[in-house]
Amino acid sequence: MRVVLDAEKCQGHNRCYALAPELFDVDDFGQAVVIGDGTVTPDREDKAHLAVANCPEYAISIEAQA
Amino acid sequence: MSERSERIIVTASTYRAVTDWATDLDHADPAYNRNAPAIWREIVDSGCPVAHSDRYGGMWTPLTHELVSQVAYDTENFTSRAVVVSRTNAEDFIEAPVGGAPPITSDPPFHHHARRLLLPAFAPKVIEPWEEEVRELCRARLDEALASAAETGEGLIDAATQYAQHIPANVIGRMLGLPPEDDELFRGFVHDALEAIDIETSERGANFERLEAYLDVQIVEHLENPRDDLISYLLNVQLFDQPLSPRHVRGSIALLLIAGIDTTWSAIGSSLWHLATHPEDRRRLVAEPDLIPVAIEEFLRAFAPVTMARLVAKDHDFHGCPMEVDDWVLLPFPAANRDPAVFDRADEVVIDRLENRHAAFGLGIHRCLGSNLARLELCVAVEEFLGRIPDFELADPTGDGVVWSVGQIRGPRALPFRIQP
Repeated sequence: MRVVLDAEKCQGHNRCYALAPELFDVDDFGQAVVIGDGTVTPDREDKAHLAVANCPEYAISIEAQA
Repeated sequence: MSERSERIIVTASTYRAVTDWATDLDHADPAYNRNAPAIWREIVDSGCPVAHSDRYGGMWTPLTHELVSQVAYDTENFTSRAVVVSRTNAEDFIEAPVGGAPPITSDPPFHHHARRLLLPAFAPKVIEPWEEEVRELCRARLDEALASAAETGEGLIDAATQYAQHIPANVIGRMLGLPPEDDELFRGFVHDALEAIDIETSERGANFERLEAYLDVQIVEHLENPRDDLISYLLNVQLFDQPLSPRHVRGSIALLLIAGIDTTWSAIGSSLWHLATHPEDRRRLVAEPDLIPVAIEEFLRAFAPVTMARLVAKDHDFHGCPMEVDDWVLLPFPAANRDPAVFDRADEVVIDRLENRHAAFGLGIHRCLGSNLARLELCVAVEEFLGRIPDFELADPTGDGVVWSVGQIRGPRALPFRIQP
């Protein structure tokens, strides 16, 4: 799976960075950025789901990877 | 206690007491914040998701997550030109898109630029290094409170006035570069701005002039002695290749000073109030301090301190409500946070709730600029309190000793605890 961030929706609440720092970083303005291409290794799937479920702006989603 | 401290707790409403919340809602009625979750539930359960009031010249209050979100995201039909409901006439606020305290009072497209000037100062990696300083401050306040409790021999402390309120006032004062001994003044300014809302317009204007006069003195002092703080930053930064206007600088300083104090103080107080009244949760957090950050998010959800406001910018129909230009709209993020359509067990405090999409820091472009700082202060303040005072309860078990704020910021203003040595 892969995490996808909608940068238009992100308002910098920083929940994803706090809960899943292996998957998300923040820039100098506090806006979230996906690390790498967003690929989630199986051991980090729980964290990916937490990041999705805690985003107040519904800015994060999960995509199945081919 | 000084006269000003007394005033912080007492606000006399100029309106009559509310008897029907759905048709006459007034958040400055002291009964509102004391009973807010029950009031929201009662209004929504009556089949009316948008309360109305003729007070303040007309005010709408959507109460579900969906409706609160809709207003927060709609910057066409609603303006942020004024964000604190009062009896002031809408035309007396500084015009959009800048407003009196940018960027909170700003609308697009100006808002984006004014906000970007301040975002880096409150980004997570800039805030994280403040942790030790916040911790030392909490410890010093606890030392003082415990020493005074020991002196009286009754084991009583006030967690709001002796602890919670000092933490954000002190931190934002340091960040801005204001004299630390002015803390007491800040709390007066905050009260005037956020609690003294239903007083005569002229009196409210005089209160703001006092704040502005204070800030003008501080600005002059910073012009003479520039240093590494937020006031000097605002005086030097450029927007569209120009220095900020003096009014913009003063408005932004006022925003940073006012917005961070009452709110975080309220969140710390509400969290400690819950722990004083729910010993099982308190014992669990003492035993499992790693759970504190998760519990803090739940306290933020259940006791979100901040209700924002907007003015209606265009006449329009909002789900059957005939909204007219310059009507007020209250934006109760705390009510949205208790919407059962979004949260399981919405009216329960579940301290290990892992999925928590709460909107305590707002939604959309005006997300609380200081949310990273607020979270840091809240986590450290609760950790330090529990580490030092693991066993405490309300001094008056009936809850009568607890005084809740009035207005858009909800939290305990007096919180007397009996502590076990």
